[in-house]
Amino acid sequence: MRVFKLALRRLAASLPTLLLILVGMFLLLQLAPGDTVDALMAQMGGGDAALAEELRRFYGLDLGIAARLGQYLLRLATLDLGFSAIYGKPVATVILERLPATILLMVSALSFAFFFGLVLGVIAARRVNRWPDTLISTLGLIFYATPSFWFGLMAIVLFSVHLQWLPAGGFSDITQELTGIAALLDIARHLVLPTLTLGLIFLAIYLRIMRASMLEVLSLDFVRTARAKGLSETRVVARHVLRNAMLPMVTLIGLQAGTMLGGSVVVESVFALPGLGRLAYESVVQRDLNTLLGIVFVSALLVIAINFLVDILYARLDPRISADS
Amino acid sequence: MRRLEVEGLSIRLPRGADREFAIQDVSLHLDSGEILCVVGESGSGKSVTASAVMGLLAPGLSVAGGAMRLSGEDLRAKSPEEWRRLRGRRIAMVFQEPMTALNPLMSVGAQLSEMWRVHLGLDRREAEARALAGLREVKLPDPEGALRAFPHELSGGQRQRVMIAMALALEPEVLICDEPTTALDVTTQAQVLALIKDLQRRHGTAVMFITHDFGVVAEIADRVAVMQHGRVVEQGAARDILTRPEHPYTRALLAAVPGASAPAPRPLSPDAVLEVRGLSKTYATRGLFRRRRPVRALDGVSVTLRRGATLAVVGESGSGKSTLARCVVGLLGADGGEIVIGGAPLPRRRREAARLVQMVFQDPYASLNPRRRAGAQVAQGPIAAGTPPGKAMEEARRLFGLVGLDPEAVSRFPHEFSGGQRQRIGIARALAMQPQVLVADEPVSALDVSVQAQVLALLRDLQARLGLSILFITHDLRVAAQLCDEVAVMRDGAVVETGRIGEVFAAPKHPYTRSLIEAIPGRALLGA
Amino acid sequence: MRALRAYLRSPPALFGSAILFAVLFMAVTAQWFYPNDPLGLAGRPLQWPGANPRFPLGTDPSGRDIAAQLFHGARVSLLIGVVATAIAVLIGIAMGAVAGFYGGGVDTGLMRVTEAFQTLPNFLLLLVLVAVFGSSIETVTIAIGLVSWPPVARLTRAEFLTLRTREFVQACRVQGLPDAHLILREVLPNALPPVIVYASVVMAVAILLESALAFLQLSDPNVPSWGNLIGLGRNVLRTEWYVSAIPGVAILLTILGVSLVGQGLNDALNPRLASGR
Repeated sequence: MRVFKLALRRLAASLPTLLLILVGMFLLLQLAPGDTVDALMAQMGGGDAALAEELRRFYGLDLGIAARLGQYLLRLATLDLGFSAIYGKPVATVILERLPATILLMVSALSFAFFFGLVLGVIAARRVNRWPDTLISTLGLIFYATPSFWFGLMAIVLFSVHLQWLPAGGFSDITQELTGIAALLDIARHLVLPTLTLGLIFLAIYLRIMRASMLEVLSLDFVRTARAKGLSETRVVARHVLRNAMLPMVTLIGLQAGTMLGGSVVVESVFALPGLGRLAYESVVQRDLNTLLGIVFVSALLVIAINFLVDILYARLDPRISADS
Repeated sequence: MRRLEVEGLSIRLPRGADREFAIQDVSLHLDSGEILCVVGESGSGKSVTASAVMGLLAPGLSVAGGAMRLSGEDLRAKSPEEWRRLRGRRIAMVFQEPMTALNPLMSVGAQLSEMWRVHLGLDRREAEARALAGLREVKLPDPEGALRAFPHELSGGQRQRVMIAMALALEPEVLICDEPTTALDVTTQAQVLALIKDLQRRHGTAVMFITHDFGVVAEIADRVAVMQHGRVVEQGAARDILTRPEHPYTRALLAAVPGASAPAPRPLSPDAVLEVRGLSKTYATRGLFRRRRPVRALDGVSVTLRRGATLAVVGESGSGKSTLARCVVGLLGADGGEIVIGGAPLPRRRREAARLVQMVFQDPYASLNPRRRAGAQVAQGPIAAGTPPGKAMEEARRLFGLVGLDPEAVSRFPHEFSGGQRQRIGIARALAMQPQVLVADEPVSALDVSVQAQVLALLRDLQARLGLSILFITHDLRVAAQLCDEVAVMRDGAVVETGRIGEVFAAPKHPYTRSLIEAIPGRALLGA
Repeated sequence: MRALRAYLRSPPALFGSAILFAVLFMAVTAQWFYPNDPLGLAGRPLQWPGANPRFPLGTDPSGRDIAAQLFHGARVSLLIGVVATAIAVLIGIAMGAVAGFYGGGVDTGLMRVTEAFQTLPNFLLLLVLVAVFGSSIETVTIAIGLVSWPPVARLTRAEFLTLRTREFVQACRVQGLPDAHLILREVLPNALPPVIVYASVVMAVAILLESALAFLQLSDPNVPSWGNLIGLGRNVLRTEWYVSAIPGVAILLTILGVSLVGQGLNDALNPRLASGR
């Protein structure tokens, strides 16, 4: 109950942030040269000014900025994201079609990075300044320095072209009609390389923070108490150090949710995944500003949702966080 | 029976340290049923000795020679695993900082019952039953509640009781207490000392008690070992050492311990330089998630400081004494009441207030900017007030001389000074503004006793020469008695008693003042 | 001085410095070794590295010299890295210092803005900025700076929050010194070391962001960029994978150099936290 109340309060606190983002983005997009109608006209291969005028009125683009902003926010409140002229569908529909792939990719990349970051960080800290630490820390530095899109391409060359173990792109095999477990396995196979590609840099970050945090916690007074109690090193680490050391890492997940979503733009376009990131890229290229604004809104919601979950997790881990202290 | 024996123990510091050995040729012994106090100032090696016996030397330190025996068994011959199994079961330890010594994420019950679960392999239910009994034995109020509580929900004294319960869980032969009461308030300290002594008697435990405070020594020690620079310079029965110290260092330490009686009263000026009238301050504590719970730090406080006199404000943590100091120098704004200095209300503007009232801070290491030269930090106040820089630096040199530092030291950086010297710089910095009132917020509580005495002597000397009016904030009645003319005792944000310090000491009127005086450790022996 | 000695004694830090010097050397000598337009046609397209002594690293699908692009690309990466980092660090320090020093409503307001920037995926914001303001090298640099400052602001704010309650800062208040002195002379110098160290992370991220943008062909097409070359190599990935591989290695090494230098600075400036204990 305590945990849930806390997270709810944090969630409420993020509403002004969301409003700030929406207003900011809306105003920013007003500065863009050319609007949806220009893009549409260009796609139709030109047209006369009267038609453009008509279209602008149809999309509500002839009103003043303040009025349009007000309208936009009102429509957002009913989860109406507007209409995508390029895709010929409501923006909400376009985004919903693309959302599952992105969420799946993020969840798998995050799990991969978190789990291995934790394990490697702990091993490095337990063997600090000896060869396992040196090896892990060096690998971490290299992973951190690797551009994700390049790693993705090289992985395609190695695993898809030369070894032919894994598919080079796409979300599922469209040449076959798969159902049930087989379909799931097929999706999983398609997600292996994108997960590695997106998760690599976060793995590097998590392992570094976990190592530092382990070393920090190992030097704290209560660890000395635990040792003075005669606990074995394994028990000291497992029961006393690990949970304390995980706190900074959990915080980091929330802070970097946005970065990870941003990373999926590149990864999805390397692996031709039909996700939100690729949609963002496409709408920039096609100047579909309505869709872009919708993506910004949904991404912000997604980041806020992740932070909500992170808050719950954090409050469960740390009893000191309480509603009234 | 001989429980612990340390013979010729030397411990080497890592290369690059300021000396080769942390402790050298240390020999101690400890019999069952006795309390051995190991006394020394910071850097004397007393804590290193304790961690060596526990087998928990900090990384980089190594045993260079000597022997350690627990009930006759050679500890140095033990494998790490064998030593681990001894720890907690046959030799246990209580640490100084109760606030950080417990795992913040684990309930008290879980941490306590771990002792029985790990060493005796008891199941959860049985271990918790024992833990409950343990908490009862250390007289924790509401032991059932404490079992489920997390450390942050307990006070410092309560946590230290939990630590003691944990250390005594398996009835160890030897208990090592490393300054277990230093971080506690006097009244809590007295209770915890009584508890340790009581438990030690009942269980016949051999206790090695590490402290820097001869008052505490007088309170509980059977025997005393005095350490200086990593060596034991004197040891013997407590009575002998306290009354007939032989080594000059022991004598100096004992002489530096402030007595609990006040010097003869001196005539005081009738006019008040500082008047605090009905001051109130409520903190709206701001939690991580923005829910506020008001705390009354000051509740209608009125005190008067006479010109040329020293007023001690004495209280335990949470009494509001530091809040009062911060309000008087204008660092905090009060919610109600007034502060009058030299007949006029304290100005709101920082620059004007600086001319009237200055402050000496508690922590000599935090109160100077590590990246700026000492002299510049003294001269910057006058410069901001309009003194030409050259003249201000000249004045800074003179002040350095006045507080007993080399005037040429103005161009050094803070890390080149010792703690006592830094506190002198802090005093020079405050004097540079030529204030009417000097507020000293626990100026000696972070210093070793011998340095403490020097700084107090300096303040007394400066007061005589410059006619300073000092508001002296302290938790230590003994320190207050050394320097102050009058005293105001604070508790929970209110002043409970005021008066001439000699009278308050001789005949305290308020029961709280009485309990504070009674709690002074070693009163019976040193008070005379 | 002590910090410098500590830095010079650390092999990884020296290795990182060596890499960065090599990249700097490439950037400075690009005009001298490859005076012709690196984006101009140089020879037959898709020659493998080593196949033609004129093109030690081969040619790309448009017949341009990969080595020339690598040298000229070093300029862009370094320039964007340095300038965008400077922008981000300046904004971040200003925001963090004011928020952390004054606290209260100012802090809440500024942190809301910071949170807004962090809630928005930074690459997405970068895409929007480029979509709105175009993709010339100047706008891309400024845009990268604009999306990279929030962590710097958070870090600076945290430092200020702890430092402003320290006794030496309070002593200056009591001495009657103005806020400007407190912020600039007392708190900032003490808050700076971790921020300087973090600047290396900002720089690494800035270089990665630019290369990702160029890879998607959304950066300035008239400037040779490593990311751009990787993007071009995509079409011939199955056969001539070296076109993408070579510039990727260049990015990897540059970021590695920046990170190693940052880590060396960290160990030198904050000795307590130095790896070990």
